[in-house]
Amino acid sequence: MDDPQASLEPTKGNSALFKLNYPRIQIPLEITLWMLLASFAKIGFNMYHKITIWVPETCLLITLGLIVGSIMYFANEEPPAVHTNTVFFLYMLPPIVLESGYFIPIRHLFENIGTVVWFALVGTLWNSFGIGISLFAICQIDAFGVHDISLQENLLFASIISAVDPVAMLNLFEDVSVNEQLCIVVLGESIFSDVVTVVLYNMFNFQAKKEVVKATDVLLGIAEFLEVVFGGLIFGIVFGFVAAFTTRFTSKVREIEPLFIFMFSYLAYLIAELFSMSSVTAIVMCAITMKYYVEENVSQRSCTTLRHVIKMLASISETLIFFFLGIATITTEHEWNWGYILFTLLFAFVWRGLGVLVLTLIMNPFRTIPFTFQDQFALAYCGLRGAISFALAFTLPDFIGRKNLFVTTTIALILVTVFIQGITMRPLIGLINIRKTNRNLYTINAEIHCRLMDHTVAGIEDICGQYGHFYWKDKFMRFNDRILRKILIRDRRAESSILALYKKLELQNAMLILDVVSGDISAAPSIISLYEEKKSSSKPNKLLAVEVKKMHDILSKNMYKIRQQAVSFTSKHALPNDSQPREIVIRRHNSIRRSLQSHGFHRAVKTFFFLHVPDVQENMSEVVYPSRTPSPGPAPLSSPLREVPSVHDRGKSGRTRHGMSRTSSSYSDSHVPAPRRHSKSSTSDKNSAGNFREPHHKAEEPEQQQRPLSPPTAWAAEPKDNVTQHPLLRQPQWNPKKM
Amino acid sequence: MGASQTHSAYKYQDLMTKTGFSLEQIKNLHYRFRQLSENNETLSRENLENIKDLADNPIKKQIVEAFFDKRNQHQNEMGSFEEIGFEQFVMVMSHFRPPTPKMTEEEKLAMRKDKLHFLFNMHDSDNDGKITLEEYRKVVEELLSMSGDIEKDTARGIADAAMLEVASTNVPNMGPDDYYEGITFEHFEQMFKEVEMESRMHVRFLDVDTRTIHS
Repeated sequence: MDDPQASLEPTKGNSALFKLNYPRIQIPLEITLWMLLASFAKIGFNMYHKITIWVPETCLLITLGLIVGSIMYFANEEPPAVHTNTVFFLYMLPPIVLESGYFIPIRHLFENIGTVVWFALVGTLWNSFGIGISLFAICQIDAFGVHDISLQENLLFASIISAVDPVAMLNLFEDVSVNEQLCIVVLGESIFSDVVTVVLYNMFNFQAKKEVVKATDVLLGIAEFLEVVFGGLIFGIVFGFVAAFTTRFTSKVREIEPLFIFMFSYLAYLIAELFSMSSVTAIVMCAITMKYYVEENVSQRSCTTLRHVIKMLASISETLIFFFLGIATITTEHEWNWGYILFTLLFAFVWRGLGVLVLTLIMNPFRTIPFTFQDQFALAYCGLRGAISFALAFTLPDFIGRKNLFVTTTIALILVTVFIQGITMRPLIGLINIRKTNRNLYTINAEIHCRLMDHTVAGIEDICGQYGHFYWKDKFMRFNDRILRKILIRDRRAESSILALYKKLELQNAMLILDVVSGDISAAPSIISLYEEKKSSSKPNKLLAVEVKKMHDILSKNMYKIRQQAVSFTSKHALPNDSQPREIVIRRHNSIRRSLQSHGFHRAVKTFFFLHVPDVQENMSEVVYPSRTPSPGPAPLSSPLREVPSVHDRGKSGRTRHGMSRTSSSYSDSHVPAPRRHSKSSTSDKNSAGNFREPHHKAEEPEQQQRPLSPPTAWAAEPKDNVTQHPLLRQPQWNPKKM
Repeated sequence: MGASQTHSAYKYQDLMTKTGFSLEQIKNLHYRFRQLSENNETLSRENLENIKDLADNPIKKQIVEAFFDKRNQHQNEMGSFEEIGFEQFVMVMSHFRPPTPKMTEEEKLAMRKDKLHFLFNMHDSDNDGKITLEEYRKVVEELLSMSGDIEKDTARGIADAAMLEVASTNVPNMGPDDYYEGITFEHFEQMFKEVEMESRMHVRFLDVDTRTIHS
């Protein structure tokens, strides 16, 4: 893969029709090929479910890298030197940390922030200094021949290897449903320990140049540390707000919405680097700050794009790093020193274990839910080292004499932890009977009551005059509602989380239906491309018309399914898992059935549920739920689901038809994030409302028919209660005679 | 003042066993009680409603009412007080103690039930042992009342959806003629089956003497 390929010289006077210009594309080609190779391997890997359970993906990547590395070694070729300091820190690290920051569950994070920071900060420092000093002690023993490594160098090395990368474990924790506190601590620790590590690395790098460390240096170091971290925090928050604010105005330029997010995050990273602040902190804080507001402002599609791209970039980076790790294991010059390496391994385990024990001991009294011994064991054992350690070791400056030794040791440590701990973790977790999670089922009730409890406790705290957790949270939420949301969010309505959840559930449900219908939810947006947003909704019509039968099967019991969402801690290799449907059943309207029976209609009745979709582009808002007559159960929820029995239609066909009354009310106004769209849709609604009525009357036949989707509407208003039946209230039954 | 000291210490002892608070915590609470009641023996609703910070709380009314609700006193009585004494005040507060690691399983379950009862009573304002749709609606409306311009219809819709959810999970095969009377305590408990609410519903009562700290 060196330069050997020269362009073929034209012989015999032939013009050079056939030229090979390898050097020009060498590097991008190689990266592409590696990525493809790794991705193919992932596909293959994931086909065998059994393997994925036992072996974490990182193992696979490293193995692959080892294989390719061996091939290259035997072919006597050099891997291209893409892995420089600049490339790593400027191109490979940001996506990884952006992804961590973006997908961290914010609420859980802040509820456990004390623990997370404690473990990350103090834990990493403990590990670094502990390992560094013990290694230095070992170095003093002449037998190992490492006498020349100074304390600073040891500390530098120790700081590199104390960066934990337990994200591979999260996948496992998810599978086993380990309790959330542990998950969030693990996740938070990995992010923040990266921060601490990078800062320490830079600090010690600087210090290592000096021969002697004075006391002032230490103090200076501490001050610098604090300054760097807080600086990063501030940059992150500022850029986060700017990004959120910008997205408020991007409704006309939807195509490039994700671009803003990426650019601002990256900008935060770079500017922090410029000022020598902690860029990792900056980008993480930026992601955390802007996520909430951005996801409200941007279109659904941009949101999806954003998530996908972030995951993809992070995946690429990490794949490349691990891949390269495998290759580097074979191809670099190693310096193997049994003593140093073994002791490093030993100390790494010992100090982590001790660290977790001691830190938990100190911290447990302050926690509401203290960590049990099993939790602590899991926490200690899942301290895998990963990408960051390797990259940092590899990019050590050359003036460090024993660089090769460090690299070798780091690689050894990573391999040992990833393979051994990674593979044995699962059985061990199973054995130790760890506390399982109480997943918050995001049912409406749970959400309502969580809110209720929060407010109650805040109230009680006020009455007691004691300030606790909830006081600050309450204060922040109030500030958020009153000020921040008004500035940063497009429609300026303070929205309760209950409402947001409700809308989300509705939307997801719509997607579920389409999903089942069209087979692949991700295909749906691609069908309806950005360019079609202006067109009418002809495509979705066709979709549904074709899939009538499937719909019948699914909806045969007139169940309207809302997905419950579980909070999930995502691994690097999977998108957030919002797609596990567990159903809340909402049953059909009682009265409709009655009226059907009374009029002898033993056939389907169309019920229209109109769902609001935040962005018209999606075109998948309306879904038709045909229903069969012998429907069991009480009536469905009419009001929130916008099942709108049209008053007009009642006079016709025995009230079995539900038309659409697109009464746009102020209510729907308040829930449309894109209010401008509303007026468009309401006019088109009225048109299609007209269209609907026609086929309606034709549809006296027994089969259920599909209604064409019409452009999404805002949530149609709930008709006044004297018209609808409520299943939960004993009201006079629908009088069939009434017209 | 020696007599009253011992007298109050004795009373505290009683309270301590009943509620599980420590002496320091009770003293702090008593101090706060006196503050709120302006040194009277009893606390009235106005006293609580006048707390400045509470004004922003959307369910202020329910919280205040909870203090005066006899059902929260573990005495199996119904109805409400006009004014409460310190004992009742502390009893209500005791619902918010955090679970300690030293508790046995039964104690933990009892505490959970306790807290759930508290919440249930907050909803069930007419004391009939069920949360009807009207009551639930009211609570949801109040809850959302401060989050911007939520229309009444939305709140209703949400309450309805919630109610229906409970109905469908608990009474899965309702015939067309049935209607769901209301959420009973068992159903209410069921709602929280998978939610860890003991830790949500707790206040960290201070152990140290806070007289000098807060005003």
